[in-house]
Amino acid sequence: MTALQQGTTEVVDPVPGAGAPHLPDQPDLVQLLTPEGERVEHPDYAIDVSDEELRGLYRDLALVRRWDAEATALQRQGELGIWASLLGQEAAQVGAGRALAEGDMAFPTYREHGVAWTRGVDPLHVMSLFRGVDQGGWDPVARSFNLYTVVIGAQTLHATGYAMGLQRDGAENAALAFLGDGATSQGEVNEAMIWAATFAAPVVFFCQNNQYAISVPIERQSRVPLYQRAAGFGFPGVRVDGNDVLAVLAVTRAALAAAREGSGPTFIEAFTYRMGAHTTSDDPTRYRLAGELEEWKLRDPIARLKAHLSRSGIADADFFAAVDAEGDELAARIRQGTLEMPDPAGTEMFDHVFAEQTPELAQQRAEFVEYHASFDTAGSDTASSEGN
Amino acid sequence: MQTLTIGKALNLGLRKAMEDDGKVVLMGEDIGKLGGVFRITDGLQKDFGEARVVDTPLAEAGILGTAVGLAMRGYRPVCEIQFDGFVFPAYNQIVTQVAKIHARSRGKLPMPIVIRIPFGGGIGAVEHHSESPEAYFAHTAGLKVVAVSTPADAYWGIQQAIAAPDPVVFLEPKRRYWEKGEVDPDGSPDPLFGSRVVRGGDDVTVLAYGPMVKTALQAADAAAEEGRSLEVVDLRTLSPLDLDPVYESVRRTGRCVVVHEAPVTLGLGAEIAARVTERCFHSLEAPVLRVGGYDTPYPPSKMEEDYLPDLDRVLDAVDRSMGF
Ligand SMILES: Cc1ncc(C[n+]2csc(CCOP(=O)(O)OP(=O)(O)O)c2C)c(N)n1
Repeated sequence: MTALQQGTTEVVDPVPGAGAPHLPDQPDLVQLLTPEGERVEHPDYAIDVSDEELRGLYRDLALVRRWDAEATALQRQGELGIWASLLGQEAAQVGAGRALAEGDMAFPTYREHGVAWTRGVDPLHVMSLFRGVDQGGWDPVARSFNLYTVVIGAQTLHATGYAMGLQRDGAENAALAFLGDGATSQGEVNEAMIWAATFAAPVVFFCQNNQYAISVPIERQSRVPLYQRAAGFGFPGVRVDGNDVLAVLAVTRAALAAAREGSGPTFIEAFTYRMGAHTTSDDPTRYRLAGELEEWKLRDPIARLKAHLSRSGIADADFFAAVDAEGDELAARIRQGTLEMPDPAGTEMFDHVFAEQTPELAQQRAEFVEYHASFDTAGSDTASSEGN
Repeated sequence: MQTLTIGKALNLGLRKAMEDDGKVVLMGEDIGKLGGVFRITDGLQKDFGEARVVDTPLAEAGILGTAVGLAMRGYRPVCEIQFDGFVFPAYNQIVTQVAKIHARSRGKLPMPIVIRIPFGGGIGAVEHHSESPEAYFAHTAGLKVVAVSTPADAYWGIQQAIAAPDPVVFLEPKRRYWEKGEVDPDGSPDPLFGSRVVRGGDDVTVLAYGPMVKTALQAADAAAEEGRSLEVVDLRTLSPLDLDPVYESVRRTGRCVVVHEAPVTLGLGAEIAARVTERCFHSLEAPVLRVGGYDTPYPPSKMEEDYLPDLDRVLDAVDRSMGF
C-alpha cells in the first residue's frame, strides 16, 4: 500500500441525525503533531521540514488568524457587509496552501483566506470583496489562486477541467480544489470526481470537514466518513488531522506529487472544526453546544505548533513576540486599508460585463451617466469619477 | 387583526398549512434547528418533527428532484431555496421535470410543489445573494410564479400556493421580510393568481411586484406632493399574468410604467409592455416605459444603489411618460 491507498471501513452510528459531531476514535487520521504539540511519525507520511520552515508555518498561522480577527471586528463595526471566518481552520488552509508548488493552481470557495495568504494575495483584495467594493480584486492567473466561488461546489469542476488542461499541455503541475463537507452533497462535486477519475486528471480535492454546513452537521451529508467516498470514485481518500499543519502539508504534498506524476486525483478530508460562526450573519448557538467548542479548543492548530516550537527550542519568546508585533502591524494595515477603500463608481458595473462592449451596454452606461449628472449634487460623485 | 412582518406572516402561513394538511412537507437547507437563514421556518421543526421539516443535504437538485417523487406519492413538498442565486443547481429539475410532468402525463401526475425563493437585492450581500430570476421561471410553461409584497399576501399566499394543485415558484422579497403590515387570519384572501390596484390615481399607471411595490408607492407619495397622481398596481402573480385591471387602468390614465429589479432586457416588463400596447394602443399617450436593473451582473453591494430602481428612477420614468 502506498501512502495514498488507505481504506479501512469505519462504521458510523446508524441512527439518522444522531448526536452532535463527536470526536470518535480516528484510526485513519494522519497526524504528525499531537494536540499537545508532540511530534509523531506516520509510516506513510514522513516529512522533512527545516526549523526555518516550521517558524514560517507558525508565522502564517498566526498572521492569518490575526487577519481573521481584524476582519471579524471590522464587520461588527459595519465596515464589511459580511465575513466568513476561518477561525480553527488555519492549519488546514496554510498546510494545503504551502504544499502548492509554483504553477499549481488553487480553486478556493469563499473561506480560504489562509490559502490566499500563502499565494501572496493581498488581504485587502479579500477585504474589498467582503466590503462589497468588488468581487475580489486579485489577478487569479498571476497569483495562481482563482477568485472565490460562492455557489457551493462549482469550483470543483473548474479545477478538474483546469487539471485536464495541464495534462494536455504536458505541464507538470496540479490543481487543488477546495470544498467543504456540505459541498460533497452537490451533484456537481460528484461530477467533478467522476471526471477527475475517468481522465486521471491531476487534481486534488481538499475537503475541509469543519463538521457543519451552516447549521447542518456532517451526519446530514454523509453516512460514511467522507474520505471513504473516494474509493467509490476509484481514487484514494485520506483523512488528515486538519488542525495539524505538518500533517496537512505532508498529505497534500504527497497527493499533489502523485497528481503531477500522472497518478490521478486524491480526495483529502481535513478533519477540523469551524470555531466561529458560519459567517458573521449566523448564530451558531442555535445548533451547537458550547461543550463541543470547548473540546475542539483543546486541539487548537496554533497552540500545538507553538508548544512544539518552544519545547524543541526552535523558537523562543522573542520570536513569538516578533510575530505578534507583525500581526498587529498587519491588522493595522488591513484596518486602515479597508477604511480608506473608495466606493466604486457606479459606471464600473458596465465596464467588464464582456471583453467586447456591446452597443446596448454602452448606451445604458451613457444613460446612467446622464441620469446621475441630472442631479445637481447628489449624483455628482458617480458622474465625476466616470472618466477613470 | 394582527400586525406582522412578512417573515412572520410566512412562518404562520406555513404553520397553518402544515396543520391543515398532514401531507405538507418542508424541505431545505438549514430550515430545521436554525429555522432557515431568514428564520422563516423558525420553530416549525420543533413542533412538527424532523420528518415534516427536513434539513436536507446541501444539494438543490436533490431537494427538487426528490420533491418530484414525493409529490408522486401524494405529498405536498414546500422547498426552500436559501437564496435566489442558488436555485440554479435545481434549475434542471424545475424546468425539465417539475414544469413538464403534468403535461407529459396528460394530467395523471399533478406536481403540487412550492418552491420558495427569497429574491431580489438591497440587503448588502455578496454575489449570488441578490438575483431576480423570475423571468426564467415565468418563461417556462407549466410553472406558476407569484411574488408577494405584503404580510397579508405572504400569509395567505403561501397557504394558497401549497394548496394549489400545480407547481408554484413563490418569490419572497427578502429585503422586505422585516416590514410590517396587517394580517387578518379570519378574513378571506384575494385569489392567489391575480393583480390588485393598491393605490388609485389618474395620471400614470405604475406596475410593480414584490420588493418594488413599496418603491412604487413611495414614488406615488412623492409624485402626489407635486400634484401628480399615480395609480399603483401590484401584479402579485407573474405567471399567469392578470392584466385586466391593468388594461382598465391604462385606458383611463393613458400612461404606463413597469418597474422591476431584474434586468430590463427580456424581463417581465417587456412582456407586459407588449401586451399593454396590444390591448390599449388607442388609449396610450406615451409608450409603455420600463424601469429595471441594467444588463449587468448584479453588482457588488457598494454599487447596488446605482443598480436598483429607486423612487427617483420611477419618478424620472413618470416624467418621461408625461413628457410625450
Ligand atoms: C449552491 C448553493 N447552495 C446554498 C448556498 C448557501 N450556503 C453558503 S455556505 C453553505 C454551507 C456550506 O457548507 P460547507 O460546504 O460545509 O462549507 P463551509 O461553509 O462549512 O466551509 C450554504 C448552504 C450556496 N452558497 N450555494
